[in-house]
This record gives sequence, structure tokens and C-alpha cells, in this order.
Amino acid sequence: MQSQSTYNYTVVRQFAIMTVVWGIVGMLVGLVIAAQLIWPDLNLASWLSYGRLRPLHTNAVIFAFGGSALFATSYYVVQRTCHVRLFGDWLAAFTFWGWQAVIVLAAVSLPLGMTSGKEYAELEWPIDVLITLVWVSYAVVFFGTIAKRKTPHIYVANWFFGAFIITVAVLHLVNSAAMPVTLTKSYSAYAGVQDAMVQWWYGHNAVGFFLTAGFLGMMYYFIPKQAGRPVYSYRLSVVHFWALIFTYMWAGPHHLHYTALPDWAQSIGMLFSLVLLAPSWGGMINGIMTLSGAWYKLRTDPILKFLVVSLSFYGMSTFEGPMMSIKTVNALSHYTDWTIGHVHSGALGWVGMVTFGSLYYLIPRLYGRTEMHSMKLVTLHFWVATIGIVLYIAAMWIAGVMQGLMWRAVNPDGTLTYAFVESVKATYPYYAVRLLGGLLYFAGALIMAWNVYRTVVGQKAVDAPIPAPAGAHA
Amino acid sequence: MDINLVRSLLTALLFIVFIGIVLWAWSKGKREDFEAAARLPLDDDMAEERMARNGRGRQ
Repeated sequence: MQSQSTYNYTVVRQFAIMTVVWGIVGMLVGLVIAAQLIWPDLNLASWLSYGRLRPLHTNAVIFAFGGSALFATSYYVVQRTCHVRLFGDWLAAFTFWGWQAVIVLAAVSLPLGMTSGKEYAELEWPIDVLITLVWVSYAVVFFGTIAKRKTPHIYVANWFFGAFIITVAVLHLVNSAAMPVTLTKSYSAYAGVQDAMVQWWYGHNAVGFFLTAGFLGMMYYFIPKQAGRPVYSYRLSVVHFWALIFTYMWAGPHHLHYTALPDWAQSIGMLFSLVLLAPSWGGMINGIMTLSGAWYKLRTDPILKFLVVSLSFYGMSTFEGPMMSIKTVNALSHYTDWTIGHVHSGALGWVGMVTFGSLYYLIPRLYGRTEMHSMKLVTLHFWVATIGIVLYIAAMWIAGVMQGLMWRAVNPDGTLTYAFVESVKATYPYYAVRLLGGLLYFAGALIMAWNVYRTVVGQKAVDAPIPAPAGAHA
Repeated sequence: MDINLVRSLLTALLFIVFIGIVLWAWSKGKREDFEAAARLPLDDDMAEERMARNGRGRQ
């Protein structure tokens, strides 16, 4: 009876703490590969080489750090907005241990060179099977909780989390379809340009649903909570949700401009990428306007600073993305470090900052406190991380445009002005600035880890009570 | 029927569904529902405080 009257915070705590741990691991690997680009001698062994660590970095920050953050916040939000305990405690526990097993297997298999070669889907088929089991369990827990809710409405954050869960399941199943040869080697079920199109249908929707819809779910709960105000326009949230769902699915071909993909498919990808600006900015405007009338809180509240700056970076990168999908712009930007800058403005700026803000709200509440151990350190983390992002993306923008211009420059007689290696040499200083930006961002994560440790240590885990249904007597 | 015709029709149908969603979201009847839904994340704290005042709900 006692367990039925409280929320299941156990699994939320587990995922929240592991978000911090995997964030540090993933960012550290990012620092290593950033350093390897400056000092190639750091490729000390095959399993420590850039080619193997790069997918480890992307998998660790997206699926280990981002994934754990999404599990933690979606489990927290769905319980608290449905006024029921999570459906299936043991199944929720399985999603935690299963997801950690996936991460550990990735951390072992990728450095060993086991890869299916698909970007953001490199893991070999036995791990893909485990991911499927965990993900289906996640869907059962999440939608089971919604099904037994005590509130009349399904809050908009849950719509975003739900769309993220369903879509990632579909994307994973389709793109990972493969013919196994041995336990550690498989070949894609698709060939040639179809394989490329399936891969980038997956790849761009992984951005759209894993890194956007899921984190918008986070935004739609934690910004109203921290600002103490309801979301600016619930109507807008409904409309931009469906616009996002209907549009994102089509944008993948912009990753394959000027390739063997048919021209009409490239143009459709570009067109829908441009349309995406509207629903993306719908979310950004809705989040930022939630603060209207409470702007003064931004001056003193570092958590709101994190959340609002994350939305600013979301707005910036979802403006930059459609621009880069225009074929003529893409002709300059593709294959350059501009793309890396764009990705990190979204990843460090949007995904990272909204996660930090949400965790700073969440973690003390999971341990019976109302605030982090030190709000000064939260402020320090905010400034260190923000300066780090600015250095990182500014360096990559300049490097990317420079590379694009050097690669396309031709002499009057039609020969190339620069050899490729000249563009590599010219990029060195920007790689150094990028490493500095990454170091600052990583330092911010370490500050957070210390703050979380001090907040949690010696505290008893507290599970909040479920409020009585409206109208019932206390 | 040509498979591509089915695909085109589905795309057109989804577009009409989206227009329907927009009209639905702006219809008069939804206003109160949406306001209630928007209060969901904020209301649960009040319920928690109420229970804490009544001396319940701490483990």
C-alpha cells in the first residue's frame, strides 16, 4: 500500500545520476578526439584511434548522456502530470539496467572496431536486439502510465516524449535491419543509394525525435515549473507538435545533396527542411514567451538561465539547419567543419543546456531538497559552459567556411588553387580554439558532478507522495 | 491502383488532417480544456503542499 501512494523515483534517480556520469565520459572522449585532430600522435593504439573513438563519442553523448536524461525526465514528468505511479516497477528497472548494458557493450565493442558503419547506428546486431527489447519495455512503461492516469488531459510534454519513443522504435527497427554473418559482423539489408537514404532518414529523424522532440518534452515541463507559469500558448504547442511530426520525416535527403540520390528527392528534402523552421521556432517562441511577465527571474535564477539559453541555441541551430539544407549553401558547407559547428550548437547549446537546467531542478527534489548544494556553482557552470559553446561553434563556423572556400577555389586555368592538405594546415588554429571551448564545457560538467555529489551525499532518497484525486477527501 | 497514386493521396490526406488539427486547436470549445491542461505541471505542487500540511506524504 505504501509503495502505491508514492511516485517511483528510484528509476528516475538512477537515470539522473547516470546522466551526469555518462555526460562526463562522453565529453572526455570528445576532448580526446578533438586533441587527436591537432596532435595526430595521440592515436596511440588502434582501439584509441580517432576512427574508433569518434563513434564512441557520438554514441556516449547522444544515447548514454542524452538517453539517460530522457529516461529520467520522461519517467518523472509522466508520473507527475498523470498523478499515478509508473506502470510496471520491475519493467522500469529493466529499462535502466538494460540501457546501461547497451552503453557498456557499446563502450567495449566500438573501440574493438566492431561496427555496422552506419552513423549514429554503429552498434552490431546483438546490441541492436537488446536496444529493441529495452525500447519496447520503455514504451510499455510510458504508455502504460499514461493509460492509467488520474488526470483528464495528457500534458503536452508527454505528447513529445511519446512521439520520441514511438518514432525512435520505428527508426531503429528499419535502419538496423541487417543480415548477420557472425556474432559481431552483419551487413545492411539495403544496398547502394537506398541504404544511404534509409540511413539518413534514420539519421535526421534521430536528430528530430531523439534530440528534439524528447528534449522539447523536457522543456515543456521544466520551464513552466521553474518559471512558475503555465506554458505561453497551449494551442501553439499542439499545432507545432503535429507540424513537427508531419515535417521531420521528409528532411533526411538534405544529408545527401549532390550525391547519387535522385535530384527530386534532394529537392524535397531541402523544401521540407525549410518548412521545418516554422514548427521549430514555434517551440522556441512558446518556451521563451512562457517567461513573459517573469523576465526578472532570469537575473537571479541560474536554472532559468540554462533553460532560456538552451532555447536560444535551439532557435539558432534550427535557423542554421534549414539554411544549410539549401543546395547552394550546402555546396559550400557540406563535408566541412561548419557541419560540426552546427551539430554542436544544437548538442552543447540546446540538448546539453536544457538537460543541465532540468537536472538542477530535478536532482535536489529526488533527495528531499528544494535546491542544489550550491547555486553559485550552478551559475559558474552556466557561464563556463556558455563561453565554451561560443568558442566551439565560432571556431567551427570560421574553419568550415574557410575550408569550403579553399576547396572550391580554382585558378584561371581551371586547376584547384589549394591542395587539400593546405586546408588542413589552415584549420589547426581553429581546432585549438575548439579544444579550448570543449575543455570549458567539460569543466562545467565536472562542476556539476561535484555539485550533484554534494547535493546527494548523506541525503535520504525521497519518493514524493501522489496527490489525492481531485474531490476526494484527505 | 498505382502505388504512387496511393502515396500521393496519403500525403494529401495527411495535409488535410493537419489543417483539421489547426482548426480544432483554435476552435472555441478547446480553450478551457487547454487552460486546464496547461496548469497540470503547476497544480501538482499545490496538491503536494496541501498533503504536507495535513501531515501526510513524507516517508
